Amino acid sequence: MSSSLLVVSGALGVPYDVLYWLLERWSDAILLVADQFGIGMLQYGFMHRAFLVGMLIAVMAPLIGTFLVHRQLALIGDALAHTAFAGVAVGLFVNAVLGVGVSPYLTAVVVAMLAALAIELISEATDAYNDVSMAIVLSTGFALGAVLISLNSGGLAVGVNQYLFGNLSTVTNQNTILLVGLFAIIALVVGVTYKQLLYVTFDETAAQVAGINVRWYNRVMVMLTAMVVVGAMQIMGVILVAAMLVVPVAGATQIARSFREALLASVVLAEIAVLVGITLSFQYEATAGGMIVLVAVGLYIGAVLYGKLRSSRAGTVDTVSADEQATDDQMAD
Amino acid sequence: MTLLTLDDVSFGYTASPVVKDVSLTVDAGEYVGLIGPNGSGKSTLLRLCLGLHTPDAGRIELFGHPADEFVDRERVGYVAQDVTENTKQMPITVAEVVLMGRFPHTGFGRVGKRDRELTQQALETVGIDHLADRRITKLSGGQRQRAYIARALAGEADLLVLDEPTVGVDAESVDAFFELLAGLNADGMTVLLVEHDIGAVLEHADRVVCLNRELYFDGSPTEFADSDALDRAYGTNVHRGERVEPR
Repeated sequence: MSSSLLVVSGALGVPYDVLYWLLERWSDAILLVADQFGIGMLQYGFMHRAFLVGMLIAVMAPLIGTFLVHRQLALIGDALAHTAFAGVAVGLFVNAVLGVGVSPYLTAVVVAMLAALAIELISEATDAYNDVSMAIVLSTGFALGAVLISLNSGGLAVGVNQYLFGNLSTVTNQNTILLVGLFAIIALVVGVTYKQLLYVTFDETAAQVAGINVRWYNRVMVMLTAMVVVGAMQIMGVILVAAMLVVPVAGATQIARSFREALLASVVLAEIAVLVGITLSFQYEATAGGMIVLVAVGLYIGAVLYGKLRSSRAGTVDTVSADEQATDDQMAD
Repeated sequence: MTLLTLDDVSFGYTASPVVKDVSLTVDAGEYVGLIGPNGSGKSTLLRLCLGLHTPDAGRIELFGHPADEFVDRERVGYVAQDVTENTKQMPITVAEVVLMGRFPHTGFGRVGKRDRELTQQALETVGIDHLADRRITKLSGGQRQRAYIARALAGEADLLVLDEPTVGVDAESVDAFFELLAGLNADGMTVLLVEHDIGAVLEHADRVVCLNRELYFDGSPTEFADSDALDRAYGTNVHRGERVEPR
């Protein structure tokens, strides 16, 4: 692991050192909380990182997921997760063959982003996001990953579960820092291009007429998705990572009225899912990704019930009555 | 002042042209109704005017720039066909949609006080300010249309481009909608309307353009009614006032 650390720190230099320092301060702070309140779970270094990574995932996954779900692109997260798995396999393969120490998550980011771009370019050429092409990309990614890994089974097959299902205890400092880097990029890009992304999500043609370069923003969106997927994969695993993009967003859609509310609510739901999920997973020694998704689905069901209850209690308040329509028309005349 | 110029424009998705040799100009303040039978290429012509397609031959200029260069885009307000469909189940309020009209102005900058004021004004102008905080999916077809018009107004558009905006809207709302358009036009808004309802165009527009692949007529509604352009373009005996239903 130290050699792979060298590769990353060599590439990133000072920012890496700064992030590493910040990570240590975070750890100190959590330890303080652990001592203060006697929380045993927080005595472990890997749990500090797990909670940090989880909380960041719970911001960035629904942030990107909200745009994806409302463009009916929920499936793209799944497709990219599977290509990210191929990226992990490439990393492991390269490490084994060349004897270097590249982080498999780093190769996963590269491969997933290339796949994202490929999906986008295919959809531009064919003028549609195609179920079939998405399914082909998904299976190709997973097949490639499986083949590469089986080629150098022996010592490597042991590590595959961690990528498929995620693992709290294998969240290293290095991978945490990678995730913080991805988070910063995603937050910055969405922060700057929020309005454009919203316009494109809501009405692609009108956005284009308004002079927004729709193709460019679509490419940005899928690349960001690739980053989220790889970032979240450490804890969630390849198989469940897409759930974080979709489930909290689906829940938020049930209770929010405005887009901003929906974004906020999806992040809140995801944070609850992550914090509760990680805690339960530690408590019962169960897989964290599975726990988080189960909690998220529970919250989703709660949101659906709450939404139904609220609209039935509100009666006609939330739907436009015929009277109101008539008034509208008179007002316009 | 000329806002839109088409000079010998031809375009086809495949080898056979959907639009052929069309020349046309739209000046500021005009209310132009574009009619034609189904598959006559009128929606395609509109997409060409907006720069969404590049012509195979000829030249299209919007505000003096080639349309597909997307210059000065805050000046165009666009209301798409079948506004009821593109909203899906997305949680977004009427005010948020109307505010989008300001996005070409703000670019990457923040939405400011003036942007919010113009949004509010636009909502008032089309008479749906009381619905500002509703989810747009909860609105009726007619109300939703108004929201899209408000988006164009908030963007301070000079040219309002509408692609069959009355599809799926009840008759009463359609009447009110045309009155709103007439009012906006009277206040100086240039209107380019693609509409399947010939009667409505003859009644409200001050210029009729009739298209069926090629241009069949371009002139005043009275001249159109007296001409045989309708019969030639539609190839049937459709008379004034009769609604030609799509599909």
